[in-house]
Amino acid sequence: MSHLLEVKNLSVSFPTDDGLVQATDDLSFHLDLGETLAIVGESGCGKSVSSMAIMGLHNPKSTQISGQVLINTVLGRTDVITASSEEVRKLRGGTVSMIFQDPMSALHPYFTVGDQISEAWLLHNDGTKSDARKKTIEMLDLVGIPDAKSRVDSYPHQFSGGMRQRVMIGMALINQPKILIADEPTTALDVTVQSQILMLLKEMQREFNMAVILITHDLGVVAEVADRVNVMYAGRLVEEGGVNEIYRNPVHPYTIGLLASVPRVDQAHGTRLKTIPGQPPSLISLPSGCAFEPRCEFAKYVPGEICKVTRPEVELKLIDHHARCHLTAQEVRSHL
Amino acid sequence: MLKYIIKRIFYAFVMLFVLSMVVYLIFGLVPIDPAKLSCGIHCSPVVVEANRHRLGLDIPLWHQWWNFILGLFQGRTYGEGAAIIHCPAPAFGYSFPNNACVTEVMANAFPFTLTLALGAFFLWMLVGVSFGILAARKKGTYIDRLSTAFVLIGSSLPIFILGLLIYIGAFLLHLIDPITQGTWVSPLSDPIGFFRNFIFAWITLALAYAAIYTRLTRSNVIETSSEDFIRTARAKGVSERDVLYKHNLRLALAPLITNAGLDFGGLLGGAIITERVFQLPGLGYMSIKAVLRDYDLPLIMGTTLLAASFFIFFNLIVDVAYAYLDPRVRLE
Repeated sequence: MSHLLEVKNLSVSFPTDDGLVQATDDLSFHLDLGETLAIVGESGCGKSVSSMAIMGLHNPKSTQISGQVLINTVLGRTDVITASSEEVRKLRGGTVSMIFQDPMSALHPYFTVGDQISEAWLLHNDGTKSDARKKTIEMLDLVGIPDAKSRVDSYPHQFSGGMRQRVMIGMALINQPKILIADEPTTALDVTVQSQILMLLKEMQREFNMAVILITHDLGVVAEVADRVNVMYAGRLVEEGGVNEIYRNPVHPYTIGLLASVPRVDQAHGTRLKTIPGQPPSLISLPSGCAFEPRCEFAKYVPGEICKVTRPEVELKLIDHHARCHLTAQEVRSHL
Repeated sequence: MLKYIIKRIFYAFVMLFVLSMVVYLIFGLVPIDPAKLSCGIHCSPVVVEANRHRLGLDIPLWHQWWNFILGLFQGRTYGEGAAIIHCPAPAFGYSFPNNACVTEVMANAFPFTLTLALGAFFLWMLVGVSFGILAARKKGTYIDRLSTAFVLIGSSLPIFILGLLIYIGAFLLHLIDPITQGTWVSPLSDPIGFFRNFIFAWITLALAYAAIYTRLTRSNVIETSSEDFIRTARAKGVSERDVLYKHNLRLALAPLITNAGLDFGGLLGGAIITERVFQLPGLGYMSIKAVLRDYDLPLIMGTTLLAASFFIFFNLIVDVAYAYLDPRVRLE
């Protein structure tokens, strides 16, 4: 059986005055029905760029895209990269939906939340405005907006941040999409509201049996909700596997550094928080070898200049666990 | 909302009241004697004083001002016996250089100003907004560069140069007749004559304003297109057309309401240069004549207050319209 979503060799780059910005490079991953895939990495690693590519939201005039983004539904298979803009438009908000980081600015300030959600429904269904309104109220109720019947006519500025994110989720789910891309859905919210929104997402995922791509840099959130994790660095996938596997046996030096830099409650008082030294490389002039090599503590265990010169490929390191590194899992673990 | 509007109208009257005082004060400070002006160079002091009395200028300035305010509500009567002149309320005074009540002078001039302002307004909004949208959509292409050139020329060319160029061009092409130009032709009885009277003035005024509106529209549309909610609209499958016309323009054009209202309100007070160049005896032409040639205080007073009222009124309309458009403003 084919996967619900297959991303194959996706490269997205933006020509600028300073040179070509390679935002994602030869990115391949997949997503199955009903699962939650977390994409983790620091700012500028290509998380959002790849999700925008799945939505077909990149401006073709200012972006160079190669590779495939295949979406398999009962209606057939579509390659988002090569499909016509009309085909992709129908996919967006119907089969694939997206919610964004900042619910303050992601809603149109001049339209009521009801109008904005109804619009999403009317774009993908045949029905009257009053059908759409009925659906919208049901959906607002479902995502936990109290008194949905009267709140449907409120404007976004009349809601709190958490409530706005609920509205966004309602809008994304109104057409019962197969895939929901959540781009840092809790980053802009209070900590107490964050967990409520994550719970809601989980609940909705069960309700509609959708697959979720969760883009975040919050490893705590990942541990809580994800089934599988993709770790990205400088536009490349560096490690991929089940969430427990990645957290217990990280094999890529970047993932190891990332996990070590999460503050822990059980840490002895006075210990310094670990950091990864250095800065991520410029996406305009990526090193020809491993992009992480300049910051890597394990590169010294690789003989010669291999890390500097040869770009590692994504390889199977452990069971169902891939990484892009010249070292084997055993070699990395022996030096921990 | 209604309370707010009533409050604003009240403030508007206070503002006009103060303005009338200021104009009178300026009039009192300027070292020109309208009584002397009214009877030529060789004038006996007796006649000057008689004229001063007839014009109502032989009493203290504050009293003159108070008579003016009263006249607005009661009408005014000048002179005695056979030479009696009555101006019904609202009387802005009597314009001796024009031999008519100011209200009547303004009423005769207003159709020219209103027609000029309306025509130019529609023309520049149409050209400016659509050119701005086009330039924003085709950002970086030759159309966009063309719009930049248009903005540069339109906003840097002074209106008297632009107006003269158009006037001369129209004259050489026999499209304008300097002798009949500027006499009022009813649009109902002679639509062609009516249009010929105004079309070049409309174009002149519209070009200058359209440049500003093109720039405003273009930058607003481009700015709005990078907003998060535009991405949201795309993400839910809204077509590019609707993203622009429904989601983008609603926000991008709202600030233009402010500009449009104030510009139109300002123009209703008279477009001095354009009216002068195209010989249109509107309020602007009237007031510049009153200031520079006749030193005709009642007319200056009348046109100033009328222009200010239009400006204040459209300011209010703009605020109400904006509140209607932007729900975030509505609450406050």
